[in-house]
Amino acid sequence: MAIPAATLAANRTGAASRTSQPGHRPTGRRRVDLTYYVFLVPSLVLFTLAITVPAVMGVIYSFTDSIGFGDTRFIGLTNYIALFSDPAIFDAYLFTIGFALVTVLVVNVIAFLFAIGLTSMIRAKVALRTVFVLPMVVSGIIIAYVFNYLFSNSLPQFASAVGLGPLEESILANPDLAWTAIVVVTAWQAIPSTMLIYIAGIVSIPGEVYEAASLDGASAWRRLRAVTLPLLYGYVLINIVIGFKNFLNAYDIIVGLTDGGPGTATRSVAMTIFSGFTGGDYAYQMANATVFFLIALALALVQLRLTRGKVAVR
Amino acid sequence: MTAPATPHASTTARPGKGRVNMPVTLALVVCAIAVLVPLYVTVSMALKTTSQSVDGNAFSLPAPFTLDGLVEAWRLTNFPRGFAVSLFVTAIAVVGTIVLSSVASYAISRNWDRRFFRWSFFYLLGAMFLPFPVLALSQVKLTGMAGLDNPLGVAILHTMFQLSFSTLLYTAFLRSIPDEIEESARIDGATTWQVFWRLVFPLLAPMSATVGIFAFLASWNDFMMPSLITSDPAQQTLPVLQSIFQTQFSNNYNIAFASYLMAMAPAIVVYLFTQRWVMAGVTQGAVK
Repeated sequence: MAIPAATLAANRTGAASRTSQPGHRPTGRRRVDLTYYVFLVPSLVLFTLAITVPAVMGVIYSFTDSIGFGDTRFIGLTNYIALFSDPAIFDAYLFTIGFALVTVLVVNVIAFLFAIGLTSMIRAKVALRTVFVLPMVVSGIIIAYVFNYLFSNSLPQFASAVGLGPLEESILANPDLAWTAIVVVTAWQAIPSTMLIYIAGIVSIPGEVYEAASLDGASAWRRLRAVTLPLLYGYVLINIVIGFKNFLNAYDIIVGLTDGGPGTATRSVAMTIFSGFTGGDYAYQMANATVFFLIALALALVQLRLTRGKVAVR
Repeated sequence: MTAPATPHASTTARPGKGRVNMPVTLALVVCAIAVLVPLYVTVSMALKTTSQSVDGNAFSLPAPFTLDGLVEAWRLTNFPRGFAVSLFVTAIAVVGTIVLSSVASYAISRNWDRRFFRWSFFYLLGAMFLPFPVLALSQVKLTGMAGLDNPLGVAILHTMFQLSFSTLLYTAFLRSIPDEIEESARIDGATTWQVFWRLVFPLLAPMSATVGIFAFLASWNDFMMPSLITSDPAQQTLPVLQSIFQTQFSNNYNIAFASYLMAMAPAIVVYLFTQRWVMAGVTQGAVK
């Protein structure tokens, strides 16, 4: 079972990363087989057209007064200056960053507990893991619609039956509480991948470490605190950074739950950017997107630092 | 690299000395049931009558049990068409991702000593740090200009957004394939093209499975890109089509949930059969 990782690990140790060792082949000025270019160049061309060109175009547009069509002229940093004094943009960033922080915390605590549980001596381990990973494969917008029904119909019904005052009305219609629903659904979907990364970390801790701790009379709680947690430090960092980066892009689930409402209480940055299609402030939202990109880039650099130059995704 | 990052390595358990921890097992079973609640609700609502589905109690069992919701959802959303569009987009994205990233990774890893190939690797990886919202406005404009504001355009963009992650996985795997196998094939007169397709590509199968499943899930479940890129509502994918139940048919809950069920079922079925690769992919992607 688990062919890819197992094979990868087994072979890694044997054949090491020879391609990264300079002078491995009798290279010299060997001519590169043309086939290699045939293999690589189509990807580079498509990638440039689909990713690089739009990225550059976006940055250029952000310095113009374009409304998406018609005459366009350069207006320098005007969009950026306006951006920093726009309360709607500020609110969107505040909401998105706050939401991302809370969600990261919730997701990591629960995912960690699940990972500990699933790696201990339990029954029905395989079946339980299958269930816990399931939310990862369900479409975000659709599960948000399902939760939408639960939050706006079933939860108020339940709350009035047992008399839970503030919950008797849909929390999605409450500007102060709507964000909690978004955290719940996002967490439901994001916990599996975070948990799998923690599981990978936990199984990488050699069993002898625990045996030694047990022999020294350490309780289960003490083993968790003094052995597992410190050894998983790197995994915690990776999960926090990856999670935060993903949650900043929040869109699908918000569309399915509140569509940014009530009012603009749960409008994420991605939603403000997309408003550039209709609001006539195309170039302005390009500037917004550029600022958003710089934040994503800064986080990516932090992530690269944490993983010591080796790349991590998802 | 944390070596045994496999889901099943966890079966070799922690301390405990062979005793089953019943309290933990029970706690996890309770949590698993909580995780399943939204999915149970989807299934049970889909099988209710319209009058039962509006009573607000999502947790009751269907009484009477009916397939009307499914039949109506099939008709109302034009399910066969939505399914065909989703399948078209996903199939191109999966095949495109596997083919493009495997050949590109092969070229990169076998010419790592060449600056052009090495830099190409980092160039392709760069997209991992470019979230779609950042590119969306320009991509919508460009796909419109190129006549690609349709499912084909969505499929191409899906492929491009998968390229970074997939190239990363393939290059890591390719480094572990020993040189000797390829060398002997070359001595027998095989060209690079033949060596790759006849020898290397089959060896990449487990990695292709992981790459393919992630491309499938990302493409099948995506809402953001098709909703923005595709201009003709008649050519929308299944996740985007569900929005009609928020606007036009907002009180036909049983039909809405039947439609949700039909849209999410394929991904769940694929997951149940391929979960080992899904789980392996997460850890390989993150823990290098």
